[in-house]
Amino acid sequence: MRRNPVLTVLHRLAIGLYIAFALFPLYWLLKVSVTPNDLLYSEGVRLWPSRTSFEHYAFVIANSEFPRFFLNSFIVSGSTAVIVTIVAAVAGYALSRFAFRGKYWITALMLLTQMFPLVMLIAPMFKILSPLGLTNSLTGLIVVYTAFNVPFATFLMQSFFDGIPRDLEEAAMIDGATRFVAFRQIILPLTLPGIAATLGFVFTAAWSELLFALMLISGNAAATFPVGLLSFVSKFSVDFGQMMAAGILALIPAALFFLLIQRYLVQGLTAGAVKG
Amino acid sequence: MAAIDIKSARKAYGAVNVLHGVDLAIGDGEFVVLVGPSGCGKSTLLRMIAGLEEITSGEIAIGGRRVNDLQPKDRDIAMVFQSYALYPHMTVAENMSYSLKLRRTPKERIAAAITAAAGKLGLDQLTERRPKALSGGQRQRVAMGRAIVRSPKAFLFDEPLSNLDARLREQMRVEIKRLHKDLGATSIYVTHDQIEAMTLADRIVAMNGGVVQQVGSPLDLYDRPANLFVAGFIGSPAMNMIPATYRLANGTGVAEVAGGHRLPLAGSFPVPDGTAVVIGVRPEHVTVSPPGSGGLRTGVDLVEPTGFGSILHLAPFGQPIKAFSLDRSLGRDGAAVDVTFDPARLHVFAEADGRRMDPAG
Repeated sequence: MRRNPVLTVLHRLAIGLYIAFALFPLYWLLKVSVTPNDLLYSEGVRLWPSRTSFEHYAFVIANSEFPRFFLNSFIVSGSTAVIVTIVAAVAGYALSRFAFRGKYWITALMLLTQMFPLVMLIAPMFKILSPLGLTNSLTGLIVVYTAFNVPFATFLMQSFFDGIPRDLEEAAMIDGATRFVAFRQIILPLTLPGIAATLGFVFTAAWSELLFALMLISGNAAATFPVGLLSFVSKFSVDFGQMMAAGILALIPAALFFLLIQRYLVQGLTAGAVKG
Repeated sequence: MAAIDIKSARKAYGAVNVLHGVDLAIGDGEFVVLVGPSGCGKSTLLRMIAGLEEITSGEIAIGGRRVNDLQPKDRDIAMVFQSYALYPHMTVAENMSYSLKLRRTPKERIAAAITAAAGKLGLDQLTERRPKALSGGQRQRVAMGRAIVRSPKAFLFDEPLSNLDARLREQMRVEIKRLHKDLGATSIYVTHDQIEAMTLADRIVAMNGGVVQQVGSPLDLYDRPANLFVAGFIGSPAMNMIPATYRLANGTGVAEVAGGHRLPLAGSFPVPDGTAVVIGVRPEHVTVSPPGSGGLRTGVDLVEPTGFGSILHLAPFGQPIKAFSLDRSLGRDGAAVDVTFDPARLHVFAEADGRRMDPAG
């Protein structure tokens, strides 16, 4: 069936508008990051500066603590993502497949943790972590991020497991596998899209988390990149150029990460498992 | 190959009983079909044998060994699922060899087993394909292949043909029967399709409401159904059920149906005169002849031609019944026909408990 060309144009136009709207802040980030300081204010709201330079990038990489922030963020987000995904995979599988006492209450409790504004929890969190020596440490951040991300990630993984027919692991168990072997060899490979989505979700959440990082970390040694970004704000001025350059640099790992996992994010791996 | 013994096996989910004590002895190499409407407990029983459902009480033994507490993997049985349950990330060959790999079978033996099974099932050209690149019938074959590559003690089939279209179902039915003839493996087959049950089984186990209704050969169930449930479930078009009152006249029983018509029965029955009964008669045993041949005169309400014959909808005593006739000339709407019943072909069931009654002597 051929569609009305006017409709097609309108359709594309609407999509284009939406994309432009969604990506404009990113574009502005990029634009400011390559605008030399002397043009930043003089050229106002021009869409592209008359002269570009990478001086901010050079400065951020060579003279700021940004590389350290970057590394810290990478350690924290990477570890959090891996730990959360493992815990969530196992917990999600249990919630999806087993009936056990207290299942309802565990689910309810996990939901409950998602209902509080994080701000409320900062003081008690600090009180708990401080005597344990976990403030001002990357480990402390990993623990906190893991705790906050596990419930949602568990629900996410559970929904992916729910989508995989039980017949498959039953067939594997009859074929001679233990439940764990069936989980590892049959169910997990089919859940790769789910695992990728969970990894990506948790990684980005940890990568951009500011509130806890700000409260639990003082000093630059254990600062993550969102905290580090604030160091470009001094008492009297904001160094927009360097801040934006750092922001662009910080986008790279997240973008790379999604590039790596995107092929698993594409669903449809289970097609053909059962009648279709 | 092994015999399977089920002794008062019961299954309850909390307070809900789904299986009320099943006793069944399945011989070595026998093909047993569990048949019944959905929710009758047939799949639950199969899954209990497989080890996928716990046995609430009672005992199941495979090859003389109690398996109640054995994991499915230790029961050495193979199962074909309704959904096929093929591993989507594995090729046909990998799907079929998975069980052998788990048992650390040597590579050459695996390859030989795959080749043999693929040959037997006509999958030679497809071994490197993934399940999603296969048609429904091919997937079904792979599922069968996965079961036959190792020689398990028993094959379990859980409605394996339900997802196929009618033509393919017929074809696969024959293949399953042939396979059983070749391998002689103990097989338990669950279906709700009574035709599958009739055509495949050495013995049929008819179930309803978690209770075994009758166990017997297909023709046994067809010719001598033990109760109203089996009578109504086995056979298509279904048996006519005619409510009647039992009367004793001159030493022989008759069934008095609506309108005072009396159908002679094959003898006297051990029940008092006036007992409420249900007369069952299969459509092919309702004799329909052109008007004037004698019998009850009635009009043809509706005709369903099947090509092989016609199903005539009649109402000889105000009650709708179906008759199957090979004579196409009788099959015209509104035509008048004469209907007779062969006393030997009438099944008599007690209305009270639905049980079959046989003439005394």
